[in-house]
Amino acid sequence: MMSELHLPWLELSVLIPLVGAIAVIFIRDADRARRFTIAVSTLALLGTLGEWFDFATLKTFEAHDHWDIFRLLFHRDVFIVDELSAPLLPLGALLYLAVVLTTLRTKASRFSFSGTLFSEAILLATLACRSPWSIILLLTVSIIPPWLELRRRNACPRVFVFHMGLSTALLVLGQLLTGNLEASNSPPLIGGCLLTAGALIRCGVFPLHCWITDLFEKATFGTALLFITPMTGAYAVMRLVFPIAPAWALQSIALVSLLTALYSAGMALVQKDTRRFFCYLFLSHSSLVLVGLELVTPVGLTGGLCVWLSVGISLLGFGIALRSVEARQGRLELDTFHGLFTHTPFLAGMFLITGLSSIGFPGTVGFIGTELLVEGAIEVYPIVGLAVVAAAALNSVAVVRAYFHVFNGTEHRASVSLRCRPSERITILILTALIFGGGLIPQPGVASRHHAAEELLRHRLTTPTALTPEQRAADSHLTLTPTNERHNSRKDSPVE
Amino acid sequence: MGVPFWFHFLGLVVVASPAMLVALLGLKTLLGLRFFESTQAALTRSAVVIGLLASLAVLAMMLIFGTRHVPVEVGNWVLIEETGLHFFFHLKFVFDRLSVPFTILSFVLCGVVGAFASSYLHRDDGYSRFFLLYAVFLLGMVVSSLAGTIETLFFGWELVGLSSALLVAYFHTRPGPVRNGLRIWTIYRFSDAAFLLAALMLHHLAGAGEFDRLMGSGAWPEGTATVAGSSVFWVGLLLLIAAAGKSGMVPFSGWLPRAMEGPTPSSAVFYGALSIHLGTYLLLRVSPLLDVSPTLRICVLAMGFISAVYGAIVSRVQTDVKNALAFASLTQVGIITMEIGAGLYYIALIHMIGHATLRTLQLLRAPSVLKDRQMLENAIGGRLPAPDSEITEPRWRRSLYRFAHERGFLDAMLDEYIVRPFVQIFRFFDSCERRWTSWLSGAPVEQPDPSPAETPAPCNDIQEVT
Repeated sequence: MMSELHLPWLELSVLIPLVGAIAVIFIRDADRARRFTIAVSTLALLGTLGEWFDFATLKTFEAHDHWDIFRLLFHRDVFIVDELSAPLLPLGALLYLAVVLTTLRTKASRFSFSGTLFSEAILLATLACRSPWSIILLLTVSIIPPWLELRRRNACPRVFVFHMGLSTALLVLGQLLTGNLEASNSPPLIGGCLLTAGALIRCGVFPLHCWITDLFEKATFGTALLFITPMTGAYAVMRLVFPIAPAWALQSIALVSLLTALYSAGMALVQKDTRRFFCYLFLSHSSLVLVGLELVTPVGLTGGLCVWLSVGISLLGFGIALRSVEARQGRLELDTFHGLFTHTPFLAGMFLITGLSSIGFPGTVGFIGTELLVEGAIEVYPIVGLAVVAAAALNSVAVVRAYFHVFNGTEHRASVSLRCRPSERITILILTALIFGGGLIPQPGVASRHHAAEELLRHRLTTPTALTPEQRAADSHLTLTPTNERHNSRKDSPVE
Repeated sequence: MGVPFWFHFLGLVVVASPAMLVALLGLKTLLGLRFFESTQAALTRSAVVIGLLASLAVLAMMLIFGTRHVPVEVGNWVLIEETGLHFFFHLKFVFDRLSVPFTILSFVLCGVVGAFASSYLHRDDGYSRFFLLYAVFLLGMVVSSLAGTIETLFFGWELVGLSSALLVAYFHTRPGPVRNGLRIWTIYRFSDAAFLLAALMLHHLAGAGEFDRLMGSGAWPEGTATVAGSSVFWVGLLLLIAAAGKSGMVPFSGWLPRAMEGPTPSSAVFYGALSIHLGTYLLLRVSPLLDVSPTLRICVLAMGFISAVYGAIVSRVQTDVKNALAFASLTQVGIITMEIGAGLYYIALIHMIGHATLRTLQLLRAPSVLKDRQMLENAIGGRLPAPDSEITEPRWRRSLYRFAHERGFLDAMLDEYIVRPFVQIFRFFDSCERRWTSWLSGAPVEQPDPSPAETPAPCNDIQEVT
């Protein structure tokens, strides 16, 4: 019997932005629409936070809403929260609130608040879903707002549409095959491959990642940020591929993700445009998250889940800082110095702190997660795993390079004040508190993610999928036993 | 409240005082508060004095009670212990014959430089920024010096690296210091990557990151390594690379003169005195590893010898006093490394302390060197003899001069064989991607970026700093 939350938090979290998206259409004044969207996003965040705390008190792996309407109507659970998605929901809601809060009044007339709230509802619904078909449907619907924006801006959406269309087609085909094969006992190899390919395209895996740079170049920074930063591709991997794929297959995919992480880190270092730079930086980090998830070991998975949250918070702040700078100065080139430090020291500080947090600097939220990830990668691939360290080093150089170029190197002269607005300042303080709070007191977060990793691995081995008994035996051997033995040896044998 | 309590209490005070300073100055910056210069200087002074007094008290108690090894357990920062899986980040500080002198040295030199800087940077725009980074540096030094586990040492090590790079770029409105800061950060990050890998390997070899378990139970320097085998050599080599990066040894020496772009107080305390010795401190801390791997010992000796000779040659042709001092420091660091390689650990420690103190004094006096010279000339009533700068035959002297003048072509080689191919390859990928998306969009194919050779200098950070 599945546990039940005390309130319909999940439905509320989805419903609030959905109703808000409809209501904001009727508000003509851009500034009022902005304030209304902030209020709706705040309510949605409160709803997801309520869900998280409520779920934490239940001490269970999964739970569904109280007064579940879908259950009453269709006799099935549509919205379910589990240990994987519980913190991702507030993170997603925070992302939207932060972006809306830092949207300057001058940009409000060009920013689609209705589309933003609609996207938020879709994202929260996706993260609250576990059924493969619902996830695929919601992932497909989430493509519409960016596509509409590209059309509205008279930008060619072909690259975006091609990749997203391919991803969706592969997901649908893969799920069709997997669903059919589930009935029989043969392994869903082709279906699994198609699902994996579809999800990885959504993640931006090398060499099918160019749609991300294209989107960042053609759409508004806010829209691109909101589409990419929630890492719905990684979520799709966890929901669609992780439960059915054998460990050897996932670990092989981890190599592709590792290559993407290294390649993107190198690309981030040579970029001259800030948007493309951010894009590759994000791609590198999200690929590192995937590496952790695909290692299928407790330590690697814990690292992946920790880095997922830390990268989500850090690169959200980093992207917002970059967006705020862009809102003041227009698009910036990284081959010249801009020297904005004197005018916007607050943004400079946020840029540096969030950048350092994303690379796992000690004392920030990303530190322990990155350590776990490196350890997990080296445990599975002793030599190739070193690429994680190399990618992290390249990313750290890219982050500081961007900081120096945007904020240092020359004396910028401005005739108007470029200082932070109060709403930006509040966002910065919230994110900084999360970064240092999670960095200085990491135990609760890491323990929670470790427990989630253990449970996900346990459920993976007990889920009735098309895995053959031999595969399951191989999986359990690969995931739990040897790792434990290795860690035991770490603990107990001082001499080797 | 017995002796162990006081050891524990004082040990925590030593670490807590710079940590509190970082927290106070950091919060002030974050909340946008403004402190008077005198308030910041007083806070800094208090933190240094409290930390110094506490460390002196620990030393006094160690001498009185004849204790040579005082571990201060803080506990597990992170602990995951479930069904056999054991991951932990253990925070532990150790007071012994190595860490106590180095910590006291850090407090003394940072205190001197803090007092100097409060006058030197009076009314400077970056006064607050300097003292915030100074506090981060001090915390990093104290944590690194007292670290009882390799993870704790890594924590402090990173703080030192970040504060150093940002202080080199202190004069942030000029491109030169900023480029040099980036250069230093790059070298630090890659040597830090070696450190991280070494830490992970040590974890797997010994089952823990505690130096007590890695280096045996004996107090420093009498510990015996509990790990053995060929992997010790690889761990040691990684640590040697990390130490070389931090101490500016060959082939990473190119960052040393660049570091002098920062304000004089930071140059003095970081690159002349403390930061440059952190690499050798690391080698001293893991010195028992050298005893079980003769090959590693030879590598340490070779690294020290090459760096010492290189520093001695290059320092002779420097025309700037801070650069000359930087390379002179490198010579001494090379000699200290050789002493470590030769097993003369106490000599190396004494050498380190003496050298750091002397260099701080010399670097703090560096801005006044012209005034000093004029005073001397006024006193003797004539000109001081100028050094003979004429290059004469034989030919090898000219070559040697060229070698020294170009600082051994180290930076040029790094740029030519590592940076340039890297940039070229990724620029090529970038242009391919642009062509692909342009073709897919049906837009005219974008012109690829000019190759780095055609690119004007400011377009390429890593090349532009050469």
